[in-house]
Amino acid sequence: MNDEQIKQAIIGIINDINPDEDTSNISAAERLRDQLDLDSMDFLDIVMELRKRYGVHVPDTDYEHLASLDSCVAYLRDKMVGKELVS
Amino acid sequence: MTTEQQTSGFNLKAEGKRVLQGSSGGRAEKKHNPVEKAKGEYDVIVIGAGLAGLTGANVMATQGYRVCLLEQHYNYGGMATWFRRPGGHIFDISLHGFPVGMKKSMRRYWSQEIADSIVPLESIKFDNPQFSFETQFTREDYTNKVVQAFNLERAHVERFYDHLRKMEYYNDDGQTIRQMFEQFFPGRNDVHRAFMEPITYANGSTLDEPAITYGIVFSNFMSKGVFTFSGGTDTLIMKMRKILQSNGVDMFSGAQVERVLVNKGRVAGVRVNGRDIKAKTVLSNANIKGTVLKLVGEDHLSGDFIQQAKDVRLSGSSCQVYIGIRQGEEIPFITDLLFCSTADHFTSEELCELRTKSRTFSFYYPKTRPHLKNAGFTIVSSNNARWQDWQGLSDEEYEHEKNALIERTVTHLEQYIPNVREKIDHLEASTPRTFNFYTQQSEGASFGTKFEGLDVSMKLSEHLPGMYHAGSVGIIMSGWLGTVNYGVITANKMAEYLHEAKVSHL
Repeated sequence: MNDEQIKQAIIGIINDINPDEDTSNISAAERLRDQLDLDSMDFLDIVMELRKRYGVHVPDTDYEHLASLDSCVAYLRDKMVGKELVS
Repeated sequence: MTTEQQTSGFNLKAEGKRVLQGSSGGRAEKKHNPVEKAKGEYDVIVIGAGLAGLTGANVMATQGYRVCLLEQHYNYGGMATWFRRPGGHIFDISLHGFPVGMKKSMRRYWSQEIADSIVPLESIKFDNPQFSFETQFTREDYTNKVVQAFNLERAHVERFYDHLRKMEYYNDDGQTIRQMFEQFFPGRNDVHRAFMEPITYANGSTLDEPAITYGIVFSNFMSKGVFTFSGGTDTLIMKMRKILQSNGVDMFSGAQVERVLVNKGRVAGVRVNGRDIKAKTVLSNANIKGTVLKLVGEDHLSGDFIQQAKDVRLSGSSCQVYIGIRQGEEIPFITDLLFCSTADHFTSEELCELRTKSRTFSFYYPKTRPHLKNAGFTIVSSNNARWQDWQGLSDEEYEHEKNALIERTVTHLEQYIPNVREKIDHLEASTPRTFNFYTQQSEGASFGTKFEGLDVSMKLSEHLPGMYHAGSVGIIMSGWLGTVNYGVITANKMAEYLHEAKVSHL
């Protein structure tokens, strides 16, 4: 999976968690929390969906890496190698 | 035999109406072993089918794990429960009401269908010697009402909300709710009452709890109103059971877990109804104290941790009075939830006194179960209570106090529905002793534990790998929404543990 697909994977999960959120104009560099109405349960859902959809494990000490799309990409790049984007 | 069994009876008549003296006692003799169809091994065994146990089981099953759910009672749901009585009555114990967040949690961890049945209560009323108003409990409407009722500056109330919203679990500064209220609304016992009473009814907390617990719980509520599940508790739990079944969870009721099995410092399974079942992880939805001190036991945990668990205080218990309106009779729409008191001033202590003058009435109209043709009217009164006040009573005193509670409650209700007494054909009371009997919660705890219980619950797996707890703890994780979400949080930790265990074995 390339960087763009990793972003799409995260946005796809957020769309499923919060169908009412508009995710079309998210800035990749800014914190997701500052742009969307996400609470701590939503971040937990992202972690659980990453595990379910891609078999990727994010221990709770690494949750901070999910702050923005850019930081997600940097953190997940190695973990997502060889994985197919789930729509 | 417990006292509850001894004192329950169905034959007491009063004023020509049937008055039941507490819920039916006794458990039927088991004809077969309730867990005989269980497999020999699971990834996850869940002890207790309260909302945290049910949700934890479902999250684990949807992640592909083999899950077994064991419940000691014959019914699932824990405190999210109901019971039927002659006359077509269905009484809900704790259906009204929860924050809007429940809608999202049900959609995420259960189903869209369940989420779609979550509807707002139309009206909530406060009535006591200090003030009286009606609200939808949305942020805007409630703010309007308190600004008006107490002549407060709107911006100041908003500042209070903002302050509450910014409070975080990890930044507890040790302030109590009482101190926080005095800081924002000094000397305003009436304002303190308006802000505190509903929360005390919701989770048993007093003015002496950490302010952080109030900040989190009140912020959850102070949003879009108070919600309920249209269809009744029985419908909700039935839908959950179907989902668990379709996700492959093995479920057994009447299953009494004796203890958690430990091998080489890790969880190895449980002993239930005399049978050992293997499991890599155990999620206990029993009371945290019972989990640590009885199910796991002192042999497998450090002395310090055992002491920490012993020091956890329970968050109190409840009394309820179940009032059935005769089929064919109607009562007018008063409100859905009525917080009422005849006590002149507000104190946390008064709310849980044996003969408190304060109670909340949940009114269940036919709209509660729109799918039923002959859905009737029931009213459930709840008040906070202390185990110590009820536990020591002789059988005779116990009957007397229960009757007095029923009489006070009906008299109070007559203030709002003058001729209601004639329409009642079922009256029954439950006490901390009743809750203790049915849920096996020590001291009949109906709200879990005080704040310190959360730390013990969250750290259990650090002390015994594979052993987890979710349920009503720490005030923050109580109520329907708190326990559901805590079940998810814990399930996520369990999935990580199972993954690591798998990796290290390869």
